[in-house]
Amino acid sequence: MQRYILSRLIQSFIMLVGVLFIVFFMLQLTGDPVALMVSRNASPEQVEELREELGFNRPVMVQFADFVSKAVRGDFGMSLRHHQPAMELILERLPATVELASMALLFAMVVGIPLGLLGGSNPGSIWDTLARGAGLIGQTIPNFWLALILIMVFAVGLGWFPSFGRETRQFMGLALPTKSVILPAFALGLFTMGQLVRFTRSAVLEIKNEDFVRTAYSKGLADRRIYIKHILRNAAIPLISILGVQFGYLLSGSIYIETIFSWPGLGNLLAESIGNRDFALVQAIAFFTSLVVVSLNLTADIAYGMADPRIRYGE
Amino acid sequence: MDNEAIIKSTGSRIDEEVEGGIWSKFVYVWRLLYRDKAGMLGLAMFLIVVATAVFSPVLSPYDPLKQDLMAAKQPPAWSEKGTMAHILGTDNLGRDMLSRIIYGSRVSLTVGFFGVLIACSLGMTIGLISGYIGGRVDSFIMGGVNMILALPYLVFVVFIASILGRSLFNVILIFGFTNIPIFARITRGEVLRLRESGFVESALSIGATRTRILYSHILPNLLGPLITIATFEMSGMIFYEAGLGFLGLSVPPSTPSWGNMLASGRQYLTIYPWIATFPGLAIVFTGLGMNLFGDWLRDVLDPRLRRTKR
Repeated sequence: MQRYILSRLIQSFIMLVGVLFIVFFMLQLTGDPVALMVSRNASPEQVEELREELGFNRPVMVQFADFVSKAVRGDFGMSLRHHQPAMELILERLPATVELASMALLFAMVVGIPLGLLGGSNPGSIWDTLARGAGLIGQTIPNFWLALILIMVFAVGLGWFPSFGRETRQFMGLALPTKSVILPAFALGLFTMGQLVRFTRSAVLEIKNEDFVRTAYSKGLADRRIYIKHILRNAAIPLISILGVQFGYLLSGSIYIETIFSWPGLGNLLAESIGNRDFALVQAIAFFTSLVVVSLNLTADIAYGMADPRIRYGE
Repeated sequence: MDNEAIIKSTGSRIDEEVEGGIWSKFVYVWRLLYRDKAGMLGLAMFLIVVATAVFSPVLSPYDPLKQDLMAAKQPPAWSEKGTMAHILGTDNLGRDMLSRIIYGSRVSLTVGFFGVLIACSLGMTIGLISGYIGGRVDSFIMGGVNMILALPYLVFVVFIASILGRSLFNVILIFGFTNIPIFARITRGEVLRLRESGFVESALSIGATRTRILYSHILPNLLGPLITIATFEMSGMIFYEAGLGFLGLSVPPSTPSWGNMLASGRQYLTIYPWIATFPGLAIVFTGLGMNLFGDWLRDVLDPRLRRTKR
């Protein structure tokens, strides 16, 4: 188990170095990163000045070394637009994104897992039809369009929810979510809900045919006991890593939803900084979200390893 | 009869069930599809979209670019102020919604088709090399592939798109290259599985060369899984293209595309809701068709599913 954790740690570290490399060299794709950052009617002198100021007149490898040595200390430079360190801006926006992603995941789990279980254990029943339908809907409705429709119907039409913005309620020093999170979390979580339904359903279908389930039946165990002790427990193990991946997806995939609902999170900041050609900030966000996703995957894998005896005792 | 019932009743081992060449297999698969309502419906929906894209000039009542400010912001025909002249209404510049949606299918399908073509051909090559050579080459390639697959996809796609600038060509390149790892991983997995299979072993034992095994045993068997993945990937690319368009990062704003239409519709969401509604419905229609068809393909062609259902 220790060897497993160690090898996953090394892998994650290599990945993050790779991410730094990609994030840095992507700006060089067009040949001149400074040209990307200035407005089209900037004079050549202004361009040169900015190049000098940002250090883009140095050799690429020197720039890269400088970029990496600063990045490992969390310094991604100043945002050209906000005149504030990029990392500071990210940390300011992080709570809103975490709130949205957690609520979306909560919705997806509460609806998706039970529906998948019901569908998988009674194939062909009405629950199964519902589960398959939910899986399909999650996969086929684009969240950016769903968000627009939700605003039209529930915010503008019925007036049940605010159509944009984030409100929180202070309680013992904590910022608690209010109903302003419901529409964006639903729009964001629908895809994950569909994935969880599909996954749980097919896991249950598959495990039901395993030899140990047949043995359990032939021992005369009650249905309930077989479901809880044999089927659910075995389906729960891979579910851990699915949840890790999905939470990473929700944290990094909220660009559309945050933009549409003017949700003051990281996705919104990313869209904004791309509009402003504020590439230091874009780089910082890309690296930071990768860091979060990689750590989540690592945590999920370790949890998976602990839960699965084949990995725990293996190697 | 639903998919599982068909698989149960047929055993679903296409290579075992059907004697003969590719053609008889094709006929067999077609018969299976004919019996599956959802898969058939999906295929029909997808073919409708393809036909719309091919025959856009014939089908669309107006020039999708023609602005008519006198007729701007007309609601669809069935609402009170709508006219039959513009069945789905007009947008903020008086362009016919129906014509723009019809032409928009061209952008979506072009991106999806060429994106999948690039991703699949390069990904398959990389996966074949990785799986067939094995050893250090394999662990190096797969390390890179898994790394890219673990990155936050949307963030990087948006990042690259903002650097490369708006053009159809760039969008195809972005989706083509960012989806190589998926095809590489699937191909490699299949190659490893096939390499250990009985028929490759018997071919080896009667002295078949590596090239012969690759062409006549491995490649034909890769086709099924790759087609399935290609269907899902194509529908994914159509989604992501629309999403990029929505953020103003896909094809140039003048081009009629579903994403661009959604972006302009968003500004008029509360007063002229149809401008954002219809292009979204077109995306859902296309995605639904491809997913229904893809689900069916997977049920029939996916070897893992065959194994568990047998």
